[in-house]
Amino acid sequence: MTDLTTLTLDEARKGLDAKTFTAVDLTKAFLSAMEAARPLNAYVLETAEKALDMAKASDARRANGQVGRLEGIPLGIKDLFGTDGTRTTACSNILGNFVPQYESTVTSQLWREGAVMLGKLNNDEFAMGSSNETSAFGPVVNPFKPANWDDAKARAALAGDKKGLLVPGGSSGGSASAVAANLCLGATATDTGGSIRQPAAFTGTVGIKPTYGRCSRWGIVAFASSLDQAGPIAKTVKDAAALMTAMAGHDPKDSTSVDMAVPDFEKAVGQSIAGKVIGIPREYRVEGMPAEIEALWKKGAEMLKSAGAKLVDVSLPHTKYALPAYYIVAPAEASSNLARYDGVRYGLRVPGKDIVDLYQKTRAAGFGREVKRRIMIGTYVLSAGYYDAYYIRAQKIRTLIKKDFEDVYAQGVDAILTPATPSAAFGIAEKLDADPVEMYLNDIFTVTVNMAGLPGIALPGGTDASGLPLGLQLIGRPFDEETLFSLAQVIEDQAGRITTNRWW
Amino acid sequence: MSVDAATTRRIARLARIEVPESEIAGLQGEINGILGFVEQLNEVNIDGVEPMTSVTPMVLKMRDDIVTDGEKAAKVTANAPQSEDHYFLVPKVVE
Repeated sequence: MTDLTTLTLDEARKGLDAKTFTAVDLTKAFLSAMEAARPLNAYVLETAEKALDMAKASDARRANGQVGRLEGIPLGIKDLFGTDGTRTTACSNILGNFVPQYESTVTSQLWREGAVMLGKLNNDEFAMGSSNETSAFGPVVNPFKPANWDDAKARAALAGDKKGLLVPGGSSGGSASAVAANLCLGATATDTGGSIRQPAAFTGTVGIKPTYGRCSRWGIVAFASSLDQAGPIAKTVKDAAALMTAMAGHDPKDSTSVDMAVPDFEKAVGQSIAGKVIGIPREYRVEGMPAEIEALWKKGAEMLKSAGAKLVDVSLPHTKYALPAYYIVAPAEASSNLARYDGVRYGLRVPGKDIVDLYQKTRAAGFGREVKRRIMIGTYVLSAGYYDAYYIRAQKIRTLIKKDFEDVYAQGVDAILTPATPSAAFGIAEKLDADPVEMYLNDIFTVTVNMAGLPGIALPGGTDASGLPLGLQLIGRPFDEETLFSLAQVIEDQAGRITTNRWW
Repeated sequence: MSVDAATTRRIARLARIEVPESEIAGLQGEINGILGFVEQLNEVNIDGVEPMTSVTPMVLKMRDDIVTDGEKAAKVTANAPQSEDHYFLVPKVVE
């Protein structure tokens, strides 16, 4: 029998439909793959019993002719999604053993379509990071080996301090690593500045951040509420479209979720892109960009052109200001959102001599260094006397960034093509001692999309000289994810999937 | 703009995070690194630009002013570090 974990989500659906295997068979295959892959540290909690119960229930539904879009499909869930009765930590010590008494809207919609939960996936603490190294559970290993490493060398490093192995990106590093390593058929993720698209690019997977408002944020641990969106990471464009269709939709419990019909995104996959106008923004050609990223970008444009799209040069003049403006807006919102972790209602509590001392000691012990740094930056830029100079200025620049995109779309551009990241995956611990800003630069191509609330998809466009995946990004018009799926399929058809062997 | 050690201590207090004196200098340096990075925003002409308040234009939905949820005290306090009779316990705050 073939290894069921190597199937795509769509292939697994067909196998289930044809009764080649059951949801229980499929789930068992993943549970044993997860056990063997524990050193990768992609999962922070395996929910084997729940997974088997859900798979049995799915097989029973199927026997009764009830078949959801994701019927019997085993998924991994980022540990930022509240899951009823299953520990949810945001990979922070401050949440400790928090067990939600509710289910996030997005995950409840996946279960409604028949999906099976395999466990909770690692991420940067409170989704703050670009390498999954800020997680309280430790770093996640990218299943792609470093350049010129053989399996034995990689296995030795995995058993040791993991140095030299590659990061999967972040913050959705567990999601990306699990999908690339065949530890689930798809995963949920969230994206505030690039946390779906950058890890997808580092692992040869497909990740889409939908338009702000497409998915409900209810029940997801909040980082920066005006930027956060949930989306899937998947093996293929079609799989991502299937997951996106189930995850999206209006929710009265999130006042920023949009009351708008959700199309069947799977129908957009395979549609002709003839006549589509693709913008190539000159400001994304940044100083010091590696030649292979530049070459990948050109190759991606040629793929779209050969399928009938028209390429035009466009300008997004405020691009370079998106990242600095983000590092005001996101910490400001985070400092406000994370005020709730006070040691009183849930999570960690460190006793103090009075209530303020309790707050200060709890937060000092519970938050990691990157989270503290961002809370403090946010506190500063919102404090009296600095609010106008920092926060209001950043929000005005955000208006200008959004207007750049509106102007380009008004010229008839359907989507914009850019590289997803300025490099391939880097090594674990390689950037830990560097200036925090150096890590932030990873999101230079993705963060504009969050600032403007637009949809963006990242997918593999090719590899670097050593065979590591490199990602392309397509940015769409608001609520036009369908065009992104159509364009992405054209790239996938030509670039192919980029996969790794099971060396761990 | 940059912060000095006293301001770093004040920010930590405002954020309700206890920072040992030995870590102040390091944090101050990191905060100043980030403030230095965002300094370039001063190059942008923002005359007459409205600050963004909503990234997706939408009208906030109104609902009937009725109770739709509640009577879940046990669930609400289920994760409390310390609770009694469905109350959260905290150190005495009123003398």
